[in-house]
Amino acid sequence: MTVRRTTLGGHTYEFPSLSDLLAKATPARSGDVLAGCAAESAAQRVAAQMVLADLPLATFLEEQVVGYDEDDVTRLILDTHDAAAFTPVAAMTVGEFRDTLLAWAAESDEHAISSLARGLTPEMVAATSKLMRNADLIAVGRRTRVVTGLRSTLGLRGRLASRLQPNHPTDDPLGVTASIIDGLLQGSGDAVIGINPATDSPAQTIALLELVDAVISRYEIPTQSCVLAHVTTTLRALERGAPVDLVFQSVAGTQAANRGFGVTLGLLAEARAGALELGRGTVGSNVTYFETGQGSALSADAHRGVDGRPVDQQTLEARSYAVARHFEPLLVNTVVGFIGPEYLYDGKQVIRAGLEDHFCGKLLGLPMGVDVCYTNHAEVDGDDTDSLMLLLGAAGCSFVIAVPGSDDVMLHYQSLSFSDVLTARQVLDLRPAPEFEAWLARMDLLDDDGRVRALTADAPAAKALLAAASA
Amino acid sequence: MITDPAEMAISADPWAVLRGATRARVALGRAGDGLPTARELEFRAAHAVARDAVHEALDAEPVRAGLPELEVVEVHSAAADRAEYLQRPDLGRRLADGTSLPRADADLAVVIGDGLSPRAVHEHAAAMTVALLERLPGWSVAPVVLAHQARVGLGDEIGAALGVRAVVVLIGERPGLSSADSLGIYLTWDPRPGRVDSERNCVSNVRPPHGLGYAQAAETVARLLGAARELGASGVVLKDDRALE
Repeated sequence: MTVRRTTLGGHTYEFPSLSDLLAKATPARSGDVLAGCAAESAAQRVAAQMVLADLPLATFLEEQVVGYDEDDVTRLILDTHDAAAFTPVAAMTVGEFRDTLLAWAAESDEHAISSLARGLTPEMVAATSKLMRNADLIAVGRRTRVVTGLRSTLGLRGRLASRLQPNHPTDDPLGVTASIIDGLLQGSGDAVIGINPATDSPAQTIALLELVDAVISRYEIPTQSCVLAHVTTTLRALERGAPVDLVFQSVAGTQAANRGFGVTLGLLAEARAGALELGRGTVGSNVTYFETGQGSALSADAHRGVDGRPVDQQTLEARSYAVARHFEPLLVNTVVGFIGPEYLYDGKQVIRAGLEDHFCGKLLGLPMGVDVCYTNHAEVDGDDTDSLMLLLGAAGCSFVIAVPGSDDVMLHYQSLSFSDVLTARQVLDLRPAPEFEAWLARMDLLDDDGRVRALTADAPAAKALLAAASA
Repeated sequence: MITDPAEMAISADPWAVLRGATRARVALGRAGDGLPTARELEFRAAHAVARDAVHEALDAEPVRAGLPELEVVEVHSAAADRAEYLQRPDLGRRLADGTSLPRADADLAVVIGDGLSPRAVHEHAAAMTVALLERLPGWSVAPVVLAHQARVGLGDEIGAALGVRAVVVLIGERPGLSSADSLGIYLTWDPRPGRVDSERNCVSNVRPPHGLGYAQAAETVARLLGAARELGASGVVLKDDRALE
């Protein structure tokens, strides 16, 4: 174990391990304090960032924060590392890599940035993000291109998609349908119509899948459905021939945390194969969807690495992207304010984490979206989520989550609303996914300037879609 | 002429069809790309009520007034204030340094904790305690402990200090946009530090008249306590189908 040190303001700071160095270099957040690994002073944090800046990127291929032998996520990361893709930056330090990314971003060299993905490890991009300010994260994220597709194409430049999340406390079919219609009428749903089921059972999952499939078929909507049940439930639904577009699973950055979720890499591979076999795509064949979130490993007491040392939550979050990446997802999103203030305390921490997660995921090659959200016991409100939404729109975020009126009546938290998505598109001159945009036009839901029109109930499109809710 | 009932519903008030189908905030209308002022303020009001419920200070008076015949002892967790409480759940599960509780050697302790909604405690805790104790004839009960900046796990240390066989923690639940005063009840047999959540039984959403009523919640908890005493354990091992409904 290498002890690294530097002197700042007459004080010498020592960092006894790589995980300690990463943790101390992390911008302040409550979860790292809770885990006992946060910097103890502002100066110590910057000292760690100075040491980290001089660290060769290749260090992360030789020295682990979570051990290779005891953790299958670490093995996945190292065993699938693409040395050829890494070559252009292989001789750089973390600080030089940051500078290079910013230079490429300024030159709009999307190819140089985006072709690194398979050569980078989560620890490398997490380390780099810790040296970046929010604007750096936005500038580079904006020039990292990740395009995926199933029945709509996501991640194209100048586009912002949304997941329409029509949750209902009892999975009531009419209630779910009402929220779907409300979202479609406001131009949401191009990333996915994705329901968190109140009851995680094969029968309920199949019923909801069939419900959304019927709406999508009836109106020929170029999007996909997802019921965010546990992967083992989706496997049962696949066995029974249900119309599964996407296999969903929450994943985390350690094997122990994934075990807590009841997930193995083998299970995910099996479910993906099952969905691929259905061949339900028209413009692509990405059939998985993953959710992550800073703090998930710590909340499962599965946040420790080499020698039992706590690993900071942002590095662990980036490691979860290696799991997602392996299964070529259509969608990945971090749920950035959901777990609670003991992980991300206030608007500043939530905004920072959202931008970090987007940057890290994108750089690793993921179609990165964000659930911009908060709970009532966090120091976060609608002004903070507005800010993060607009910053993510500027950063080229693939998609955001949207619920009716910002209020998820099943999961009891607040996310963005359908009209928020319209605001982001309007303010930042962004458009929906191209296939979905064409559908909105066919349904007469767009005005002459291509904006989603405010409908009166007797508009033909409104009458047509409202019929689904009355059936 | 309209003959299809669905068509008729649409003609009457199409947006009402959506609103009638779910409690979700559908068919709000728009002002440009934003929300109309009235809808925006409705949402803010719901959030404000939930926020105020989280940050209201725990007031012992309504609890004492509602339990005139019981001794009430006040304690604090190791979390110094609300900000620390929200960021350090571990401190909310430990008693403040120097706290001393008299050994009661009773069957049961009732701990009332502010949790994430002191408002829930102010409105429901005393009446809930009375309803519960009425249904526990033959159980000896330690003084009621009223705990500031408390998490559920604080009951383990309190129960161990009092020397009781079981602890019931009544605690304010995280406020939602439409429910700022829900009380949760957690039962732990043989409480001591280190107990985990799977060793507890929970009855949540006590919030008459909208949520669970006192009598119904008390009957469930009393039945669970009886089953726990028989089994000598609580949590996932406790199977009382009727009680767990």
